[in-house]
Amino acid sequence: MKKTKMTAPKVDTIESLTLTQLTVFCGTDADWVIALVDHGVVEPLSQAAPEWLFSPAHIARARKASRLMRDLGLNVAGVALVLDLIEERDALARRLAILDAQIYA
Amino acid sequence: MADKTHYEALQVAPDASADDIKRAYRKMARKYHPDITPGPKAEATFKAASAAYDVLRDPEKRAAYDRYGADWDQPRPEPKPQSGRQSGRQSGPQWDGGFAFDERDVDSQMFRDFFGQRQGARSMEPDQHARIEISLEDSIEGRSLPLSLQMPQLDRSGHATMTRRDINLRIPKGAMPGQHLRLQGQGAQGGDLFVEIAFKPHPIYTIEGRDLYVVLPVLPWEAALGGKVKMPTPTGPVDLTIPQNARQDQKLRLRGRGLPGSPKGDLYAVLKIVNPPTMSKKARDLYQSLASEHGFNPRSKLGV
Repeated sequence: MKKTKMTAPKVDTIESLTLTQLTVFCGTDADWVIALVDHGVVEPLSQAAPEWLFSPAHIARARKASRLMRDLGLNVAGVALVLDLIEERDALARRLAILDAQIYA
Repeated sequence: MADKTHYEALQVAPDASADDIKRAYRKMARKYHPDITPGPKAEATFKAASAAYDVLRDPEKRAAYDRYGADWDQPRPEPKPQSGRQSGRQSGPQWDGGFAFDERDVDSQMFRDFFGQRQGARSMEPDQHARIEISLEDSIEGRSLPLSLQMPQLDRSGHATMTRRDINLRIPKGAMPGQHLRLQGQGAQGGDLFVEIAFKPHPIYTIEGRDLYVVLPVLPWEAALGGKVKMPTPTGPVDLTIPQNARQDQKLRLRGRGLPGSPKGDLYAVLKIVNPPTMSKKARDLYQSLASEHGFNPRSKLGV
């Protein structure tokens, strides 16, 4: 294994992606993204815009959905449910963390 | 059999049927998938299970693995009848699957990618995806983190070799979980490298969007009398003014002390009233006089 010098490349934060960019980002096609939108997994910033635009939170959800569908063999309806339940669970875990700190700290 | 690692990773016996292996993988994927169960331990379990499944799902690969162990996919001369001595695990390349680029090619300490292309899926995309776990402080201060990644490079004979690259990744101030950073031209073959931000759990703060919560213990008289107490913030301790007769669980907001950004997040102190572990004779007497002073029944709602 070769080792090369440490570099400090320029970093920018992704603020939004268009529908086309999101399909490349997730390695899929527009039909898949449209199915996610139809199931409410992701939502474009504005339905009326000439091309849909997606915010960072929804970009992350789309990638999560693509990973879960690939690794667990889920369909879009299944992944929509899983993502909702994970979000609920995470919200409860945060509340529990505060309550735990109240009780045990 | 030289190597049982893959069977152990899926928690199946070496003579397990193809159906058993499929079931075992599905079960482990549901339980340990990094998008479902966060944390390095679940991730390592999932990676081992998917690497194992990638080999054991395919009868030919499985047969080769059963015969040659971890190095089953190494090029080898015409199979000669093995003479007695069974060689153990050789020190070969670390990536024992057949992935073009995936999580196991990456230093798991700093840098993770579990979104690698499956073998036989699409041809390699120019863009690469990865994930980094950062601390709350890394985001608040916009720290630079060393990041080690391994890039597959095809040599002339079409054999993949791994090149290690070290990058100094500057985390933008106020980076949030789920955000993606773009490093232009830093992917394999000049594509972009995308890094997804994830947060490590914090020992003190709970993170909700850009807001932070900290449980702040106060003494009964601090809560009763109000006044200033020290409290931690991610950028150092400050004095917090507690109102008189403060309640248990009361939330006090410090505006703009959460994650940076627009709008800035807030920091909330959640009060927790605690008694000191020991009480002096004098404190006891003072409590006694307080007890005779007060007529309030905190248990009236319980009907007693």
